[in-house]
Amino acid sequence: MIRIDSVTKRYPDGTVAVDRLSLDIPDRSITVLVGPSGCGKTTTLRMINRMVEPSEGAILIDGVDSRQQPVNTLRRGMGYVIQNAGLFQHRTIVDNIATVPRMLGWSKDKARARARELMERVGLDASFAKRYPYQLSGGQQQRVGVARALAADPPVLLMDEPFSAVDPVVRKGLQDELLRIQAELGKTIVFVTHDIDEAVKLGTMVAVLRTGGRLAQFAPPAELLSDPADAFVEDFLGADRGIRRLSFFSSAGLELLTAPVVAIDATAEQIAARGAAESPYVLVTGLDGRPLGWSEPDRLTAGQIDVGRLLACGRPFVAGQDSLRAALDCAVLSPTGWAVAVDHEGRAAGVVSQDSIAEAIRGAHAAGREEPKTIKAGARKVIR
Amino acid sequence: MNRFFDIPSDLQHDWLGLIGLHLREALLPVLAGLLLALPLAQLCVRLRWLYPPVLWATTVLYAIPSLAFFVVLIDYTGQTELTVMIPLTIYTLMVLVPAIVDGVRSVPQETLAAATAMGFGPVRRYAQVQLPIAVPAIIAGLRVATVSSISLVSVGMLIGNQGALGNLLHDAQIYNRPELAWNSVLTSAALAVLADVLLVVVRVLLTPWMPTGRSGGRSRGAGVRPDPAVPALEDAAR
Repeated sequence: MIRIDSVTKRYPDGTVAVDRLSLDIPDRSITVLVGPSGCGKTTTLRMINRMVEPSEGAILIDGVDSRQQPVNTLRRGMGYVIQNAGLFQHRTIVDNIATVPRMLGWSKDKARARARELMERVGLDASFAKRYPYQLSGGQQQRVGVARALAADPPVLLMDEPFSAVDPVVRKGLQDELLRIQAELGKTIVFVTHDIDEAVKLGTMVAVLRTGGRLAQFAPPAELLSDPADAFVEDFLGADRGIRRLSFFSSAGLELLTAPVVAIDATAEQIAARGAAESPYVLVTGLDGRPLGWSEPDRLTAGQIDVGRLLACGRPFVAGQDSLRAALDCAVLSPTGWAVAVDHEGRAAGVVSQDSIAEAIRGAHAAGREEPKTIKAGARKVIR
Repeated sequence: MNRFFDIPSDLQHDWLGLIGLHLREALLPVLAGLLLALPLAQLCVRLRWLYPPVLWATTVLYAIPSLAFFVVLIDYTGQTELTVMIPLTIYTLMVLVPAIVDGVRSVPQETLAAATAMGFGPVRRYAQVQLPIAVPAIIAGLRVATVSSISLVSVGMLIGNQGALGNLLHDAQIYNRPELAWNSVLTSAALAVLADVLLVVVRVLLTPWMPTGRSGGRSRGAGVRPDPAVPALEDAAR
């Protein structure tokens, strides 16, 4: 575990970048430092690998002061990913990735074999190996940056706004890729960003810092969204934190109605029976069970259902897998106000109204208040 | 024209011998200048305040005519090649120091931070990251310094037989043989062009990582200069 113990960074001109910051960074999870510019998040990150030395306090790695070992040994045990990747433009991709293993004394062949293995892991085609950084796009360069940081298999990964210079589509891809890699490797990752959405998406724990380098709140993202510590955190989270919080509630508890669902080859009796169900609309599915669209029951004639005249049902949500946020989004976008749930194969699993989603949200909020998750309890301890 | 290569015996060399002497007197100072400029430039990069005074000093030294250097040096080093090469070495500094400083400074901050974070010490970082990335800028400086040095060697004739091809100009005058002057000018120019082409080839071989334009890659702006031959040739008047 990395323990940041009451650390202050004061520059010779008197500026305080980080002010008595204490954080316990849990092992094998992603801890995000987030805050506005000037909040000392990058300084904090750089104090972990001693690119910046603390003025006061100490940083303990597994209980040992980080100043106990030679600085370059410390750094070679921590992968570092920086904005714009910071690749060595004069070295090929494979040699960029092999840098740290080579410094650690691996043979050239072994280091390059390891580099090629990592290229595959971060989703880079093997044909890039012999290219130079200028021949790659920004997103590809950042993948190389991640591979380079992982090359010597360090337990710790420090990431300094790694995805902020790429466009939103590429950024989303890189974030998903990071989560996938993390699920496989389980590194202790400290991730700096100014983007609260990125923090909520990636973080197991999120530390919100305020200008002047003081800790505002340290909590799991769901708790951050439900219980912001003060007005600063609430403001920083933005206006739609209530909606975003729904991402953390599963749609598994929603009560799905199967009655208003008819197949396209339904008989007149079946349609009539559906018409008496709870919904003013019926959902018509294809023979394979996939949703085709909505219709009022009395407009349907058995054997003559015209797919072109159905109301579009929009994007459905995957029952149990997607969050309440996705379910609510489907309902809001649906022309009937009802969301369509599908199973993993895309077959209609049922429909659910905005009202019953709202009820599920109230239920989830109530459950959240009654029994805080264990990780929350653990997190509270380390806020000082 | 058949007397074009007939070099007067007072020069103690045939045509090829003069070329060899000329190249030695021109290129050794460039090499010495590079060896001096590298640590000097690194000091200027590390200690920012040092750069303006160093730049000022190299400019002032460049402004001192070679004849003045000869007058001072001749008491110590006599009428030797060394007397010619010392001022030439000093002149190269005005070109090489800024070229190297700019080259080293052109290394992106992220690259330096990444190197430090990966556990590069200052020496390793200089040798394996900063210097290789500065190669295009350094070679651009070397091209100017080399071409200028080749043209400047001729002033060695002021202290006797040390001007190599430049002495042909003097002999052309005293023996009334204009073809010797043509020989001097054309051979020096050919040497300068050849040396320049060679340096470009070296640069291409050393930097396969530079965007070539054709491949449409994104340039990171490593200090590439305009063709240095033009200012260097204007300088030949010295």
